[in-house]
Amino acid sequence: MQVSSMKFKATAHVKLHDARLQENLAKLKPKFVNARRNSLSEVDDFEATRAAGKAIRDRALDNLDVWLEIFERNAAARGATVLFAENPADVNALVLEIAARHAVRKIVKVKSMVSEESALDHAIEAAGLQVVETDLGEYILQINDYEAPSHIVGPVLHKSKDEVADLFAKAHGTPRKTGVEELCREARQVLRQHYLTADMGVSGGNFFVAETGSVVLVTNEGNATLSTTLPKVHVAISGIEKIVPTLEDVATLMRLLPRSATGQSISNYVDIYTGPKGEGEHHGAEHMYFIVVDSGRTGILGSEVREALRCIRCGACMNHCPVYQNVGGHSYGWVYPGPIGSILTPMYVGLEQAQELPAASTLCNQCGVVCPVMIPLPDLQRKLREQAFSRGLRPWYERAALKAWSFVALRPGLYALATRIGVRVMKLVAGRDGRIHRLPIGAGWTDGRDLAAPAGRTFRELYRARGAR
Amino acid sequence: MATPLTDPRAARDAVLARVRSALKLTGDRGAARAAAEAYLAARAQGPRPRIDGDLTERFVLRAGHMASTVERLADRSAVPQAVARYLDALQLPPALAAQQSRAGVCWPEFAALDWAGAGLAIEARPTQGDDRLGITGCYCAIAETGTLVVLSGPDTPTATTLLPDTHIAVLAPDRIVAGMEDAFALIRRERGAVPRAINMISGPSRTGDIEQTIVLGAHGPFRVHILLVG
Ligand code: SF4
Repeated sequence: MQVSSMKFKATAHVKLHDARLQENLAKLKPKFVNARRNSLSEVDDFEATRAAGKAIRDRALDNLDVWLEIFERNAAARGATVLFAENPADVNALVLEIAARHAVRKIVKVKSMVSEESALDHAIEAAGLQVVETDLGEYILQINDYEAPSHIVGPVLHKSKDEVADLFAKAHGTPRKTGVEELCREARQVLRQHYLTADMGVSGGNFFVAETGSVVLVTNEGNATLSTTLPKVHVAISGIEKIVPTLEDVATLMRLLPRSATGQSISNYVDIYTGPKGEGEHHGAEHMYFIVVDSGRTGILGSEVREALRCIRCGACMNHCPVYQNVGGHSYGWVYPGPIGSILTPMYVGLEQAQELPAASTLCNQCGVVCPVMIPLPDLQRKLREQAFSRGLRPWYERAALKAWSFVALRPGLYALATRIGVRVMKLVAGRDGRIHRLPIGAGWTDGRDLAAPAGRTFRELYRARGAR
Repeated sequence: MATPLTDPRAARDAVLARVRSALKLTGDRGAARAAAEAYLAARAQGPRPRIDGDLTERFVLRAGHMASTVERLADRSAVPQAVARYLDALQLPPALAAQQSRAGVCWPEFAALDWAGAGLAIEARPTQGDDRLGITGCYCAIAETGTLVVLSGPDTPTATTLLPDTHIAVLAPDRIVAGMEDAFALIRRERGAVPRAINMISGPSRTGDIEQTIVLGAHGPFRVHILLVG
């Protein structure tokens, strides 16, 4: 996928004035946020479960080489082929090689963020094969000329049903439908034919289970089940970090994932696939492949933001993020939006291409509080900000301003004097209503809102006055 | 087998080497391997919600939350009549009337039931994709979440749970376990290894992709009806 994360500010500006997007984003809160909160009480001790989820992910990451070897051994013992991809290009090449090997013409695909990283669909089409996205949201994006997803759980969260209705009428050549239910039924009919005629199913993998050499797939639509049960070949693609040791660990993580994602106690379809189909079985893939992807993950593993690899892609951090709630997913400019995207994107595509993302945060820690595997997202954002600063990536005026500020802040007398003058000037500028409507050097702030003016005296002055009383 | 895949070994070794260098792990990994094997053997469980009272009651309650419906029957011979009653009672808009069809498929274990006597045309074969009604059993069920657990096998064609418009599952109450962990333990105990597919099904197929409006029957069944027999 093309990276446009450096345009964060410009895109965010446009999105803030996109009335339809704002309307759709406004629904996030009542739906996802409240549903999540209501579902937590069913787990007697959600915090202890979060801690257990964190421990499971850390256990796998701390000795990832060993767990990968165990996974590989057990998957191979069941007749699956385990392949490793070092980079996005490898992922695409492997999928195409597998397709060629089994004379595949049509591929049905289950939503996979890893395959978005390498723009797999484009590679498949460039090779002259057909690929059909089966997650309803991803399908809508595909027929809209591969529009980018805006949320990792609800990829078309930004679209209204009218837009979808126009798209379907155009793509399917059918009379335009108006109801959400009719639209879903139309997509069902179109996709059903593809499931029945595809030669290969390509899925992501919510988890790879080391104990059994299996992949876990979680959906509500059931599209993963169909895509991996009907075609003769199944390829499951996921990152090296998606390993969990045991099925018991899967059970624990499944108490966290659906609740954090959509507020459901369980997703409608949780599938665990191990190896190709056995003797006498009617349904199921005859050939099973795993593609285990690095594509920058080892870089994160060895970095100070390693904890980001615990992520189980639930989307809670973006659902709860005040920045995401206002600018939507497209502003982030790559596969992963929201707080987790602000860590993963700079790490995968380079900080110089995405340094705006960790900066676009209020550090309010809503994300850190809700993350089911306790990733301290604001801490990681702060670390990337530090890196951006120390590598000289920030603009000259920002660096100069920080230097000036630190010079003053290290000299208490000077600091007191400067702030005393500062707050008085600001109060004067603000005038009678106590608000500053325009800041000459802070137009970025005052364009969208007023700045409340200081009271006219500094905190230290007020404190001293109070102490004297 | 056709064309070999390009040098899968090289990429594997490179990735594992990068993992080790990222983790600053050098030398013998024997101790880590032993610790991992010990963890696998221990099968440690995380915190689990307490489930008070009867597992069947809890299952029925939670299945309902996931939009499955449940009916209790005294014995297996009552299944065909119950299926017919269920179909008759469906209130479907004209556009969906075809879904009320009395023809469908079932797993072989139900082949001998008196379907014709209940006015149903049920064939004991795997679904091909255009059947309206699919009748299956299930391996066990999970009370905590109201989930059916289906294991793949020659006599349990899994797509029959998924392709038909209506999925009817027959479940024996003594196969209801408390949590997912217990289902896995049962599989290990009775089967040794996991089958090709473990499909855990909680209610009908659904989507919320368009305007976060929930619609049932996204790709799989529009409805899941569970017959608790015994
Ligand atoms: S960072 Fe945490 S909250 Fe965000 S998607 Fe990943 S697991 Fe969910």
